[in-house]
This record gives sequence, structure tokens and C-alpha cells, in this order.
Amino acid sequence: MTIEFVVNFVLLTFLTVVAVAVTRIRSLIASAMLFGIFSLLIASLFVALDAVDVAFTEASVGAGIATVLTLATLAIVGVREEVKHVRTAKALVICVITGAGLIYATLDMPRVGDPAAPANQHVVPRYLEQSSTEIGIPNVVTSVLASYRGYDTLGEVTVIFTAGITVLCLLGASRKLRDTSQTDE
Amino acid sequence: MEHHAVLRVVTKLLIPFILLFALYVQFHGDFGPGGGFQAGVIFGAGFVLYGLIFGLTNTQQVAPPVVMRFTTTLGLLLYAGVGVASLLKGGNYLDYGVLAQSPQAGQHLGIILIELGVGITVASVIVNLFYAFAGYDRK
Repeated sequence: MTIEFVVNFVLLTFLTVVAVAVTRIRSLIASAMLFGIFSLLIASLFVALDAVDVAFTEASVGAGIATVLTLATLAIVGVREEVKHVRTAKALVICVITGAGLIYATLDMPRVGDPAAPANQHVVPRYLEQSSTEIGIPNVVTSVLASYRGYDTLGEVTVIFTAGITVLCLLGASRKLRDTSQTDE
Repeated sequence: MEHHAVLRVVTKLLIPFILLFALYVQFHGDFGPGGGFQAGVIFGAGFVLYGLIFGLTNTQQVAPPVVMRFTTTLGLLLYAGVGVASLLKGGNYLDYGVLAQSPQAGQHLGIILIELGVGITVASVIVNLFYAFAGYDRK
């Protein structure tokens, strides 16, 4: 039993406990906090999988900003969840079947980091071999993100931009304009 | 939050380091983990922390909403502009190799510029989101 196995086991156990707690708890503030913890645990798992760039993003966005924005939303909509009694048997059956199917599918997946895996056979070897001469920066993740896949990253930034503008349209700027126009009349 | 002396003092102490760390993540992304996305979020988080402790009005004096809306577009335009610059220099869109004397120097320049664009847009969007949610009053 290696240390990596123990770390993964402990993190996954905590993850399950937090996930169950989020669904059970009725106070929305507590559930927002638990989501923050959930993100932090996922970020730790990403570190264990050697994906530090992704872990960094998850820790700052998921555990930091998302928690603040969720709490800000709760300040607007109220902090208690309305309890509805719904029959969950059908949903449970569907979830169990889907979950079993997904777990069955993982049996065919290659091991994490397997160099013979199809995902690591296509363009990855070329990126890893040529990055230092073509781009010349040590972090291959950055050279893939910013240069080889620069067009995709431009798309991502556009998505963030559009999302920000949309929230401003829904909550921010329009309300202020409407208020001033009303006081003018 | 006027009476929370500990929170106010600790926040004042922390914010310079948070912003400095964001800049480190921004410009050290070529060598270690990090880059524009993470740096933008951390930089925005510094403003959000300030807003949580010292209130919306004080924060909007430091970073006026009009400026934040302007920088939201500025970052994206900087990114797209680097692509146009490489087009004008005779390369493909977002092909940074033609931007400087040698292809490698061009790649360095292009990556730093587009990461800066990403960082500016992400930080501005975070601050804008915070303003939109914190300034929303039910009527």
C-alpha cells in the first residue's frame, strides 16, 4: 500500500462525505461552505494526479470566488431551502443504473499517465518533444494553452467575457440606468 | 464590518501580498504552475476581500465600475489584437513566432501578452460580478 493510495483513498472518502452532507443539509449557507470544501478536496486530488495548473484554478475559482458569489446570491434570495416532499425512488434507480454504467466503463479506461493510452499518443509526444525548441518555456502546460491551442484559449476568454457581460445585463448596469431614467421623469 | 478590528487589520496586511502573489502567478506562469486565468482570479479575489471588509462604496472608489467594464473588454481586445498583429506581420492568426526577431522570442512575447490579456479580463469580470451581486438590492 503506497502513500499515494492512502492519500487518494482519504481524499475520496472526504469527498463522498462532503457530497452526501451537501445534499442532506438544509441551511444553504452551510451547503455553500461545504461546496467550498468540496472544491478544495478536488483541488488536492488534482495535485495528487500531478495536474497542478488545474488544481490551482480549482482552488482559486471553486473554493474562493464561487463561494463568495454563492453567499452573495444567498444574501439576495434567502438562506433557507424550501423543503419539498418528492418521491425519489425513480430518481434513485436512474442514478444507480447510470453510476453502475459509468463505473463499468472505467474498467476499460487506461491507467492514469499510461504512455500507451490513446490520449497520450496523438499530439502529446510532439508537444513534449518540440515545446522546448519551438516555444522555449519550461512549463509545457502554458505553451500548449497559450501557443499551440491559443485559438481555443481565445474562445475561453470570450466565454468568460460574455458571461460577465450577461450578469451585468441581468443584475448590474441596466437597473441603475432604469432608476436614473425614472427619477428624471 | 466597522467593529471587526481583527478582520480589518488582517485584511489590510494581506491585500498587498495577495495582489503581489497574483502578479507573480501572472508573470511566472511560463516557468511554474499558473498563468492568466489563475492570476486574474487571485487579483480579483483581493478586491473582493477588500469589498467584503470595507464595503462596496470604498471598493468602487479604488476600482470604479466604469473602469472595470472598460478593462473587461481591454483584456479580450489585447488577446485578439496580438492575433491581428501576427497577421499584419505576415504570419497566421495568433502565430507569435513572427512577432520578434527570432521565433522563440516572438513566442515569449506573444505568450506574455495574451496571458496579460486573459488576466486583465478575468480579474475585471470577477470584480464586475462582485459589484453586480453586492450592489443588487431587492425592490
